[in-house]
Amino acid sequence: MTSIKLKLKESDVQKLKEVAKTFNNDPGELINVLHKAQEIFGYLPAEVQEVVAEELNIPVAKVYGVVTFYSFFTMLPRGRFPISICTGTACYVRGAEKILDEFKRILKVPVGETTPDGKFSITCLRCVGACGLAPLVTIGDKTYGRVTTDGVKDILKEYENEE
Amino acid sequence: MELVKLTIDNRTVEVAKGTTIFHAAKELGITIPTLCYMNLKDLNIEHKPGGCRICVVEVEGRRNLAPACATDVSEGMVVKTHSVRVLNARRTVLELIISDHPFDCLVCAKSGKCDLQDMAVKLGVRDIPFQGEKSTYKPDFSPAIIRDMDKCIMCRRCETMCNDFQTVGVLSGIHRGFESVVAPAFERDLDHSECTYCGQCVAVCPTAALTEVDHTNRLISDLSNPNKTVVVQTAPAVRAALGEEFGMEPGTLVTGKMVAALRQLGFHFVFDTDFAADLTIMEEGTELLDRITRHLNGDKDVKLPILTSCCPGWVNFFEYYYPDMMDIPSTARSPQQMFGAIAKTYFAEKQKIDRKDMVVVSIMPCVAKKYECTREEFATDGSPDVDYSISTRELANLIKSANINFNNLPDEDFDKPLGESTGAAVIFGVTGGVIEAATRTAYEIHTGKSLEKVDFDALRGFDGIRSASVDFNGVEIKIGIAHGLGNARKLLDDIKAGKSEYHAIEIMACPSGCIGGGGQPLHHGDSSILRARGKAIYEEDKGKALRKSHQNPDIIKLYDEFLGKPGSELAHKLLHTHYHSKKDKQVLLD
Repeated sequence: MTSIKLKLKESDVQKLKEVAKTFNNDPGELINVLHKAQEIFGYLPAEVQEVVAEELNIPVAKVYGVVTFYSFFTMLPRGRFPISICTGTACYVRGAEKILDEFKRILKVPVGETTPDGKFSITCLRCVGACGLAPLVTIGDKTYGRVTTDGVKDILKEYENEE
Repeated sequence: MELVKLTIDNRTVEVAKGTTIFHAAKELGITIPTLCYMNLKDLNIEHKPGGCRICVVEVEGRRNLAPACATDVSEGMVVKTHSVRVLNARRTVLELIISDHPFDCLVCAKSGKCDLQDMAVKLGVRDIPFQGEKSTYKPDFSPAIIRDMDKCIMCRRCETMCNDFQTVGVLSGIHRGFESVVAPAFERDLDHSECTYCGQCVAVCPTAALTEVDHTNRLISDLSNPNKTVVVQTAPAVRAALGEEFGMEPGTLVTGKMVAALRQLGFHFVFDTDFAADLTIMEEGTELLDRITRHLNGDKDVKLPILTSCCPGWVNFFEYYYPDMMDIPSTARSPQQMFGAIAKTYFAEKQKIDRKDMVVVSIMPCVAKKYECTREEFATDGSPDVDYSISTRELANLIKSANINFNNLPDEDFDKPLGESTGAAVIFGVTGGVIEAATRTAYEIHTGKSLEKVDFDALRGFDGIRSASVDFNGVEIKIGIAHGLGNARKLLDDIKAGKSEYHAIEIMACPSGCIGGGGQPLHHGDSSILRARGKAIYEEDKGKALRKSHQNPDIIKLYDEFLGKPGSELAHKLLHTHYHSKKDKQVLLD
């Protein structure tokens, strides 16, 4: 997994230490601590994992093992407008893969990565419970239903002037 | 103890509650095949992740087959270990594992010693019906260990050794599904991780996913080069285990045959690391005595306990994990490095051999020694004191490939002068031995009296952490001993927390010390093998005419002719070293 280099500020380290402390620095709380950490930083760069490992007194290799095991955790920062394409069963049979390909084609980034300007990132998710709207795409908090391949560029157009 | 009665393959057996099907079957003499299971009883390590699924058995009333190593027995259970369903499933599982494994058995380092290959033979696999993508990873070459994860079968034994036993924690399973693999954090290579190169992962790997860096071909080419003088040194633990590779009983001492074999292989001088072990005692013992004397005289600045520094895995460990304690270990180099430094100065001058024409090779029970040779501080103008190190296993392979009939070789003696040694040097190979050897010499120098009994039984044994007191003429010297890095960590943490106090501590990274080293013939966790090797080492010590390092006549001569006295300026230059913190090594290298 590629990772973005980041020098943690002392205040960030403190924040992480506090998070670990709220979980009593218990190694069994690793997943919860990582959840909180990702909430704070938006992603889990190596430096964050190193602090978490130190605070919970577990090998950093183990922390990395957990981060790479669960698809929810990411080591790459998400874009300012994170695009999620539902590839659950209903969306999939209604052509989610083509939609996904179209996003990848236009934005020129693979799934799980962010455009170089940091504006968009593409991820897949599994069923958000709105199968009636399949195929479904979310960008940030906004939901787009019954998306078509032709409609993808129109959706992206909405964000043309946003920063 | 509550007992449970069950039937396995139509035979009844009664075992304690909580026993697994795997162990219950063993009671009946049935060995259920497995690839991932590992039981290192004496180290208190039982690895049963239930991951390989080779050990599946049929349990009446259960829909699915059960992994025998991870399923507890229950009252009235009816188990079949070789029904047609079981055999088919077992073969399919193996075929699936092999379908994601390279087919380069003929040229693989583990060929003939591979658990996966053996299993394929045992289960009669003739064809792999599953075609598809195979995992491909970049091989990771470190100075001591090679990781070739294409060959990993995810048994995760290495992880257990690295995390639970050694508490080094470099290796972890990462990613999931087809992408899962065992790797250091952030998929760094080993050289950029906290790996100590102890090699215990290599020692338990069922395939060639983890192997030692092999210098055999380099050695053959040096031996056939007419311009090179090739000098060999052999570590004490090698002679107590090499015989096993030739079908001898564990604990058979093969010192004489080993020397004969090395001579037949074409080494110009066959020397003994034991000579350098005696030298280590002179230097380290002097340092120990000096620190203790200063401490007893009320010097508040003196650092105690003094820690031994012979074991390169241990040196790496404290450089990574105890950078704040770096002034505590002895500054004495390991015997391997002392030997190299003396061979390429004192001996080279005597023989009028140019340093660049001399090749010093060591035979070690160790994987980390390969790395130790490459440390920058052990080289002069880029030319290493010890050119490279080969393991006991590599030596055995070399002897076999040279068609030498090892078992019928006559016993031969080491060459002089760097082949002379005392019993004190031999016991370096077993846990407690270095500190016993140091005690023999330090006692006599400190008290000015001759030891009546050379054997210090209090320092011997195989418990992971031991402590003992030795009476130095009314002064009680407290000694601590640990083997295995997990035990070392416990001992050091207790010292840091002020829970225990010692004057001197010996630490070895591997179980039972060097006799259980990562480069030794595989013992598969059978501690009776380790004990037998230990016994052999103490036997060789007993049989020696001289048993205290300071009595070694060639060591005395070395000081007279060359070094002056222990701790002299020249001795410091050639025989001592310094340590670096490696705590931030990974970060700096990124």
